[in-house]
Amino acid sequence: MAFKEIELNMGPQHPSTHGVLRLKLRVDNEVVRGVEPVVGYLHRGMEKLWESQTFHQIVPLTDRLDYIASVSNNLAFVLAAEKLAGVEVPKRGQYIRVILTELQRLASHLAWVGFMANDIGAGTVLLYGFEARETILDFFEDYAGGRLTIHALRLGGVPYDLTPENIALIRKVLDGLPAVLKDIGRLLTENRIWKQRTVGVGILNAADAVEYGLTGPVLRASGVNWDVRKRHAYSSYDDFTFEVPLARNGDLYDRYRVRLAEMDQSMSIVRQALDRLPDGEFRAKVPRVFKVQPGEVFHSIEAPKGELGFYIRSNGTDKPERVKMKSPSFINLQSLEKMCVGNLFADVVAILGSLDIVLGEIDK
Amino acid sequence: MTPFVAEFLIPVAKILAIIIYPMVMVIVMIWLERRVVAWIQGRIGPNRVGWQGILQPFADAVKLFFKEDIIQSKADKFLFNMAPVLVMFSTLLSFCFLPLGEPIRIGTYELKLWVAESPVGLLLILGLSSISVFGVIFGGWASNSKYPLMGALRSVTQILSYEIPVGLTVLSVAFVSRSMNLVEIVRRQESSHIWYGFLLPVSFVVFWISAIAETNRAPFDLPEAESELVAGFHTEYSGFKFAFFYVAEYAHMVLVSSLVVVLFFGGWLPPFPNVKALHFLHILPGFVWYLIKIMFFLYCYVWIRGTFPRYRFDSLIRLVWKWLIPLSLVNLLVVALLGSVL
Repeated sequence: MAFKEIELNMGPQHPSTHGVLRLKLRVDNEVVRGVEPVVGYLHRGMEKLWESQTFHQIVPLTDRLDYIASVSNNLAFVLAAEKLAGVEVPKRGQYIRVILTELQRLASHLAWVGFMANDIGAGTVLLYGFEARETILDFFEDYAGGRLTIHALRLGGVPYDLTPENIALIRKVLDGLPAVLKDIGRLLTENRIWKQRTVGVGILNAADAVEYGLTGPVLRASGVNWDVRKRHAYSSYDDFTFEVPLARNGDLYDRYRVRLAEMDQSMSIVRQALDRLPDGEFRAKVPRVFKVQPGEVFHSIEAPKGELGFYIRSNGTDKPERVKMKSPSFINLQSLEKMCVGNLFADVVAILGSLDIVLGEIDK
Repeated sequence: MTPFVAEFLIPVAKILAIIIYPMVMVIVMIWLERRVVAWIQGRIGPNRVGWQGILQPFADAVKLFFKEDIIQSKADKFLFNMAPVLVMFSTLLSFCFLPLGEPIRIGTYELKLWVAESPVGLLLILGLSSISVFGVIFGGWASNSKYPLMGALRSVTQILSYEIPVGLTVLSVAFVSRSMNLVEIVRRQESSHIWYGFLLPVSFVVFWISAIAETNRAPFDLPEAESELVAGFHTEYSGFKFAFFYVAEYAHMVLVSSLVVVLFFGGWLPPFPNVKALHFLHILPGFVWYLIKIMFFLYCYVWIRGTFPRYRFDSLIRLVWKWLIPLSLVNLLVVALLGSVL
């Protein structure tokens, strides 16, 4: 049937654009000929806002970037600020930070599996993932009072020490997760429909992935061994033994497998950190008025979505002169068109889901 | 019994009953689906309106009734209004040919639990379900909007493709029973002491898969794939017209489950009628057995929805043209050969 190529607007109000993303699609019947992401619907002027805030005040604001993984945002910012100011964080504080960010990675990946499965029509997995994520959020609530935007880190360390009750709760959470992951795996990993939808779809080879500057699980699913935790270890990550899960094909199925494997590694890291939690201070003495000498710094971490970095330029006051954020979602989103063109309309949703974007981070 | 009662009152009562019966089943089904999916997913589901939330569908209906009825300015009003009616009409009309239970004897009068006994009842139902496709096309086309149009295109391709295996498997049942009359098909299963589901397992499986696809249910719910097409062909509908589509979909599920039961699982017959020890099963009237059986298949609908991801359009079409149609053709051939030999 002759079917004229039509332009289809997907979003900003659409069930599976993960927020207020708008995609301008050109579709020829069911086949996608072009994708143009239109971003900015959630722009809050974060980077400009930070120029008028003190370093202490910026930390809770970073929660609102990638709101699925707020602790990771905190960590990237405080590490950059501490590097600029030359603050040495005590070992115990570093370990607690590792525990919190790895739990956050688990929560983020669990949410991702759920959203991804929901995009492909398996709504049950969404609920399973969220139920497990809930136990992690319960711990965050117990520890810092917040669940989604937690403000769990401070300049110089963490605000609270991990009590024995906290540690027992973390261990309980970790013990409960493998069963959920097994359930999710049984629903998806060998499911024929799931494999039909994901294997060989949205392929991005290693060269292209590097060319587009992708980071995180999407890059590693294409077979590039790049993990900031290994390459530029921060916050005592070199104390722990863990593997960087890799895959080769760079399709949706590999991204799914890489993320599931990463969850296993994260659980192992948290367990190691709990076992070897050093005694001592958990927060360095940081003055109320946190002034840093003039200069500039860039520091990046391995956030659940990819490499999250902050560039800070200071003019010697307690407020930064300029903050620039390198957000993984924004950079990963660029590769969407490359992966979608030629595929079917239904694949756009799945591919978009596989990138694990959060609009709070893209639009800033 | 006076002729007035027998010739006039009872048929009118039957006609009313055949409209009310699917509605009641739809209400039960909506409630069942929400509760069972919630249970599968580890949620609670609606449990506030009435006992265990049983009145929730009524609350939904009231809400939809009071919603604004939006017709887009660029929609084709006639077709736009006709589409939900067409879908609803064809589904409800199909129920006339379904035998819901064995005839009940009241004195000399025999009350038949079906409205019409047609020698081509099976064909009529297939034909009516094809008419409901027009409702889908009109709905998608008349909305004059892109998502409904894509949903309608998908629906039409899907329903038309899946009608072929449905027709072929139904034909194998007609071969064995030598009848297209639904009542007669049940009677033949009674006299031959075997349900056709066990005699023709391939037909049953192919029919059941195709039937799920024809009702646009998960994992074949592409026309209304929420994550891609928002709500498919009825995206632009609101209020009561949306409710019509919604109810028609559920009524279609009830219809298809009834067909499966009638064609393959002996309609109103209790299980194992020839085993003496199980004769106490006849205590329950035929209508109850029929309800139990269709509830099982309705439950399967929900169960499948709670478990599987959604097919993609190309693999859906590949499934029917490369697997189901050849399979049902071979099946038909084998049934025909064996039928003429034995």
